[in-house]
Amino acid sequence: MADKTAVAQVDLTKVKPYGDTLNDGMTQVSFTLPVPYGEEGSEAAKILARKMGLDEPNVVYSKDQGGGYTFFIVYGKCQHTVDYTSIKVTKVEVEVMDRLECAEYIKENIKRNVVIVGASTGTDAHTVGIDAIMNMKGFHGHFGLERFEGIDAYNYGSQVPNEVLIQKAKETKADAILVSQTVTQKDIHITNLTNMVELLEAEGMRDKVILCCGGPRISHELAQELGYDAGFGPHTYAEHVASFVLDEIVARGWA
Amino acid sequence: MKSKLNLDPGAIDSARSCASRIAHSMQEFIEKHTTVSTERTVLRLLGVDGVNDVDTPLPNVVIDQIKDAGGLPRGAAYWMGNAMIQTGLEPQEIAEKISAGELKITELPAASEKEAEEKVMPYVYEALKKIDAQREKREHYLETIGEGKRPYLYVIVATGNIYEDVVQAKAAVRQGADIIAVIRTTAQSLLDYVPYGPTTEGFGGTYATQENFRIMRKALDEAGEEVGKYIRLCNYSSGMCMAEIAAMGALERLDVMLNDALYGILFRDINMQRTLVDQYFSRVIIGYCGTIFNSGEDNYLTTDDAYEAAHTVLASQFINEQFAVLANIPEEQMGLGHAFEMDPDIENGFLYELAQAIMAREIFPNAPLKYMPPTKFMTGNIFKGHIQDAMFNMVAIWSGQSLQLLGMPTEAIHTPHMHDRYLSIENASYIFNNARDLGSEVEFKEGGIIQQRAQKVLKEADELLHEIERDGLFSTLEQGRFGGVKRPRDGGKGLEGVCLKDEKYFNPFIPIMLGGVK
Repeated sequence: MADKTAVAQVDLTKVKPYGDTLNDGMTQVSFTLPVPYGEEGSEAAKILARKMGLDEPNVVYSKDQGGGYTFFIVYGKCQHTVDYTSIKVTKVEVEVMDRLECAEYIKENIKRNVVIVGASTGTDAHTVGIDAIMNMKGFHGHFGLERFEGIDAYNYGSQVPNEVLIQKAKETKADAILVSQTVTQKDIHITNLTNMVELLEAEGMRDKVILCCGGPRISHELAQELGYDAGFGPHTYAEHVASFVLDEIVARGWA
Repeated sequence: MKSKLNLDPGAIDSARSCASRIAHSMQEFIEKHTTVSTERTVLRLLGVDGVNDVDTPLPNVVIDQIKDAGGLPRGAAYWMGNAMIQTGLEPQEIAEKISAGELKITELPAASEKEAEEKVMPYVYEALKKIDAQREKREHYLETIGEGKRPYLYVIVATGNIYEDVVQAKAAVRQGADIIAVIRTTAQSLLDYVPYGPTTEGFGGTYATQENFRIMRKALDEAGEEVGKYIRLCNYSSGMCMAEIAAMGALERLDVMLNDALYGILFRDINMQRTLVDQYFSRVIIGYCGTIFNSGEDNYLTTDDAYEAAHTVLASQFINEQFAVLANIPEEQMGLGHAFEMDPDIENGFLYELAQAIMAREIFPNAPLKYMPPTKFMTGNIFKGHIQDAMFNMVAIWSGQSLQLLGMPTEAIHTPHMHDRYLSIENASYIFNNARDLGSEVEFKEGGIIQQRAQKVLKEADELLHEIERDGLFSTLEQGRFGGVKRPRDGGKGLEGVCLKDEKYFNPFIPIMLGGVK
C-alpha cells in the first residue's frame, strides 16, 4: 500500500537531491571518458557513476567523440546526504546600501570623497568583472562606482602589474584597492593575489588600504585566507563593494 | 541585390568614402615610420631564426644592436644586405655572429642602398617562393578535398600544451569543426618578441611560435584528409609582434589570423603609433599569402553596451576595411568582426541582433564576416547558455555569416572541454541545416523594427566616421569613442620601438607583396 499521508517533511540533517519525490536523490551528471564508443564504454560510465555514489545509474545518452573518446549523460540516485544544519559559510557581513544611500552615508559619516582604485592584474586580460563594478554603466542595470556620488573611482583596465596598481593607489591616496581575476587556469589567480598582499606588506601599506578581490572563482572565504579584507564572487555589484568599503572606512576611523 | 533593410546606398557610400579618407590620412603617418617588430619581420623573412643561449630570438638580438647604434631608421634590409656584401655570409650566419658578439652590423664599411637591396633580393624571392608554395597547397586542398559549408564552424583549443591542443583539435575536426583557433597564452600580446620552439606551458592558451604553428598545421592536414575537407588554422597576428606572427603564419600556412588596426591600442594598451605601423606590414603579408584576417570589433561590445554602441562596430568595420584596401587585401579575405552580445533581457533583442547582422552582410557583401558568440551575459547557467548560443546560431544562418565562432555553454566557467565543443557543434549544425535557406525566404516589414534599427545604426556610424575624420583617428582614440576606452597618443606599450625612416630606408617585401603574386 502506498503511503497516502501528506508530503514528507524534509529532515535538514539528512539532505539529498530532489527530482520529483523527496529523497529520491535524482542527479544528472555528464562527462567524457577516454574509451571507445560502445557497450563496454557505457558499462564503464555506469560503474563510475556508482562509485560517485549514484545508485541505479542509467546512461541515458552516449556519443562517440572520435579518437577513442565517448561522452555520457547519466542519471542516478545519490546515496549521500548532507547535514544542512551544521553548515557555516563566511560571508561579507554588511548591510547593502544602494547608490543613493551610499552617497548619503558618505556625506553624513565620512565627509570627504572616498578613493577606490581597481584593475584586472597580472596576466589577466579580462576586464568584464572590474568594468562591471567600476565603470559608469555597471552591469545589468546596476550602475558602477564611477557613478556613485562621493566616490572617486579609477579603473586601470587589464594586465596591470600589481606594482603598478600599488603605485596608482599611492598616487591617488586610495582608501581601497580592488583586484579582479577572471582567467584562472591552473590557479594562476592564487599566485597573483598572494603576490599583491606580499607587495603591499613589503611597502608597509597593507593596513593602510582596504583590499578586496573579485571574480567568478573568488569567495569571501578564499579572499580572507589569502589575506584580503573581502572577496566578491558572482552576482555582486558595485553597491555591495561600496557598502563594504564605506563601512570599513568608518569602522577603522578613517572618516 | 535589393536591400532587405531598405538601407540608403548614399549613406553607405558616404561612410565608406569617409573611412577611406581616414585610412589614407593615417597611411601618410604609417609610411614615414617603422618599428622594431616590423624590422624583425624583415629579418625573419630573410631567413633569420632561432634563439641565443638565454632564449632571446636572433631577430631581436640583431634589431636591438641596430637600434642601440641608432641604425633603425635605415631598416634591417639595408643593414643585412650590406653585411652580406661585406662579410660574404648568409643572413642567419650574420645573426649568429652578432649574437656571439663577433660582429657590429652598423660598423662595417657601407655599400649603397642600391647594392644592399640587390644583395637581399634573392632571399626576398626565396621567402616569397615558400609562401607561394603554401598558398598553392591550400588551393590544391580546396580543389581536391574541398571545405565545409558556410558559416564555417570555428572552435578554439586552449590547453596551454601544443600536443594536448592537437588531441583536442583533432577531436573537434571529427566532431565537425571547419576552423581551429589556437588561443594564445594570456599576455603574449605584450611580449616584444616571439617565443621559440614547441611549448607545453601556457595560461588560458598556448604560445604562438612558428614550431607550434607547424605542429598544428600538420595535425589539421591529417585530420582534414581523414574527414575529407580542408581544415583552416587560425592564430593571432596581434599585439607587439603582429607583423612577425603574420610572416610566421604565411610561412606555415595559417588560413585565418586575428588582426585589427585598433584592437591592440584599445584592449592591450599598446601604443597607437606602434600598432598602426605594425598592422600595415602585417596586413600586406596577410593579403599576399591568402589568409583571411579577423578584425576585433566584437570586443567593443563586451566593454561597451552592445545596443548603444552598435554603430561603433560598423564605423570600425569601415575603417578596418579601408586599411585592408590600402594593404591590397581582397574583399574575400576581409573577415570583419561583429558579435551577438546584447543583454538577453532586452525586449526584441533578437530582432536588433538580426537587423545588425543582416546590415553587416549587406554592407560588406563579399567579406567573410566573423560572427562572435555571446560572452558578456553568459552566466554559468549552461542550460540557458546553450539557448543563447542557439539564438546566435539562428541569426547567423538567417543573415548569412561566414565564420561562426561557436559559443560554448560553459563560457565564463572554463576553457572548453571536449564535450562542450561537441555540444556546440551539434547545436550549430542542427540549426544551420534546419534553417539553411531561411534568409532567402523572408523579407522584412517596411519601416518595421528591424529595418529601422539597421537604418539607425548605419546613420550613427556615418556620423561617427565624419567626426573621426574631422578630429583625426588619434584624437578619437584619445577621447575613448571606441569601446569606451581612452588611450593617449604617446601612452601605452612599445612607443620606444617606433622611429622615423631615413631617406635611404627600404623594405624589399612591401612593393612586391603589394604587386600581388609575382
